[in-house]
Amino acid sequence: MTRARTLFDKIWEAHVVEVQGDGTCVLYIDRHLVHEVTSPQAFEGLRLAGRGVRRPEATLAVADHNVPTTDRSRGIADTESRIQVDTLAANCAEFGIRYFSMDDLRQGIVHIIGPEQGFTQPGTTIVCGDSHTSTHGAFGALAFGVGTSEVEHVLATQTLLQKPAKNMLVAIDGALPFGVGAKDLVLAIIGAIGTAGGTGHVIEYAGEAIRALSMEGRMTVCNMSIEAGARAGLIAPDETTFAYIKGRPMAPTGAAWDAAVADWRTLPSDPGAVYDSEVRLDAAAIAPQVTWGTSPQDVVAITGAVPVPADVADEGRRRAMLRSLDYMGLRAGTPMREVAVDRVFIGSCTNGRIEDLREAAAVARGRKVAANVGAMVVPGSGLVKQMAEAEGLDRIFREAGFEWREPGCSMCLAMNADRLEPGERCASTSNRNFEGRQGRGGRTHLMSPAMAAAAAVTGRLTDVRELGAG
Amino acid sequence: MDPFTKLTGVVAPLPMINVDTDMIIPKQFLKTIQRSGLGSSLFFEMRYGDDGAEKADFVLNRPAYRGAQILVAGENFGCGSSREHAPWALLDFGIRCIIAPSFADIFFNNCFKNGILPVVLPRAEVDALMAIAERGGETLSVDLERQEIACPDGTTIPFDVDPFRKACLLGGLDEIGLTLQKATAIDAFEQEHRTRHPWLFA
Ligand code: SF4
Repeated sequence: MTRARTLFDKIWEAHVVEVQGDGTCVLYIDRHLVHEVTSPQAFEGLRLAGRGVRRPEATLAVADHNVPTTDRSRGIADTESRIQVDTLAANCAEFGIRYFSMDDLRQGIVHIIGPEQGFTQPGTTIVCGDSHTSTHGAFGALAFGVGTSEVEHVLATQTLLQKPAKNMLVAIDGALPFGVGAKDLVLAIIGAIGTAGGTGHVIEYAGEAIRALSMEGRMTVCNMSIEAGARAGLIAPDETTFAYIKGRPMAPTGAAWDAAVADWRTLPSDPGAVYDSEVRLDAAAIAPQVTWGTSPQDVVAITGAVPVPADVADEGRRRAMLRSLDYMGLRAGTPMREVAVDRVFIGSCTNGRIEDLREAAAVARGRKVAANVGAMVVPGSGLVKQMAEAEGLDRIFREAGFEWREPGCSMCLAMNADRLEPGERCASTSNRNFEGRQGRGGRTHLMSPAMAAAAAVTGRLTDVRELGAG
Repeated sequence: MDPFTKLTGVVAPLPMINVDTDMIIPKQFLKTIQRSGLGSSLFFEMRYGDDGAEKADFVLNRPAYRGAQILVAGENFGCGSSREHAPWALLDFGIRCIIAPSFADIFFNNCFKNGILPVVLPRAEVDALMAIAERGGETLSVDLERQEIACPDGTTIPFDVDPFRKACLLGGLDEIGLTLQKATAIDAFEQEHRTRHPWLFA
């Protein structure tokens, strides 16, 4: 009898070109996504070595980190940003790589457009010079972030040198309660296993609550796997996955579609497959989550309070907490619901998809953004924006007082003009609350789109369940 | 890439856990299209005040550590983004070796591609090295060939390193060049992969 294999084992084994003496594998890479920030030095490296791109058609490129989210008709004002974006366009032209420019309707955050175009498919290996490549694992693809040297390696060879990761199973039993979604779930998972809990591992998410999620929700969960230290997240493909992919521009059609789906159905982990570690959580016990500190593991339920460092035994951890609280301008013991916010950011590759915008709009509908709060919605792609506008979500946001922007990474990392001022406090649907992430001295609280919208209308961190839909 | 064989240099202490890549090199410096020149921006927020002046108390600004080549840090060093600008900035500053109880995966990987040796040691040994580093201006000798760190008192601490990565570092090898030598194997794999998954090659 053949060994019971996990989803990870199956994808891995199907992509090993060669195993070297010490166990390092030459791993074949099916799909490669490229953005402007982590690629210029890779293309330059190819040029310096006189090397070409092995399979240009396996790579898709887009500018997302540096692009303005306001009027684009006059291009990019910041010189360095403009050079970086122009460099990507020129590199793609030189090496024959598909590129969605800033003016293309399909432009958007790299991890949103891959799935949207059907470029992301189950059973594949996908890499990008970006840690949130883990997002694509929602499709049952082995997707992970790499550095620029590896970007160059993939461009030149369509392979990477890798050792197999360990396998962790995170099983979520039961159903998420009303008002609790994928973002709350993944924040709770990170809170439980810690920001280094997944180091060296690929996390497979399973269980009833995961199967019940939409593809958008699954992407939110896999997106933040890296915040738990994992290289990748994985969710077994199922009918929800196939329905999402079908008919997308780069998805297989006709007989090829049938063959692909038949193959994809063989991917889920075999019964009895063994994981290196397993974590189980009860979905019913999860409340809406918010972060209080400067690491994604610094998370509490909105019903909770800022934790007390003195209660923590580990010295390194206690020191980190004190530093976080100082940076965040918070006092131990303060109820989270008393924390007032200045800004609200709804967007990013974690929560910039159509379902996220619907969720936020349901809360914003018929309400007004609190005085003194600046709130913006940045759709994850041009197509998300178009769909949202067709549904009238832009009107709901605008009438409530939110700004409605052009697609891009925006204030998730504040590389463009969208950023917090020192000391400003932001309710954000992004994925990192690191010091300075959204602007020097900026204070980030991570949460779901519904929770961010609730904070926008009340002016403080708010339990969206008390607000209900408008 | 410059080979890494044996490094004797000043060791600086950074007793923090979860030092993330945004701390190592913040986003405003990611707009460069080059690898070099990032050293002056390393640890930017911790290193400089709002007025742009150096903060006197930050470790790498203190006279004893300005020329540090080795860094000792807490758990999960390099967490966060995949930006290779983090190792580039460390290298440009002069850091060639980082010692910590654990590292984030992508950062760890990126170090080897740039001639930086990340060394994982048990927490107790890291604590001991941290204490040495905190004395100010002490040097360590990191011998990759022998896989050991020599302390000022003459004692040595052994460490593990992946054999393939060790070979690449010792020889300053070009991994892409090595992989390109396997073109025949890659061609053969690709051929078979295409037969099994034709829709991926359409
Ligand atoms: S939205 Fe944020 S996390 Fe996602 S790719 Fe852009 S910068 Fe990175």
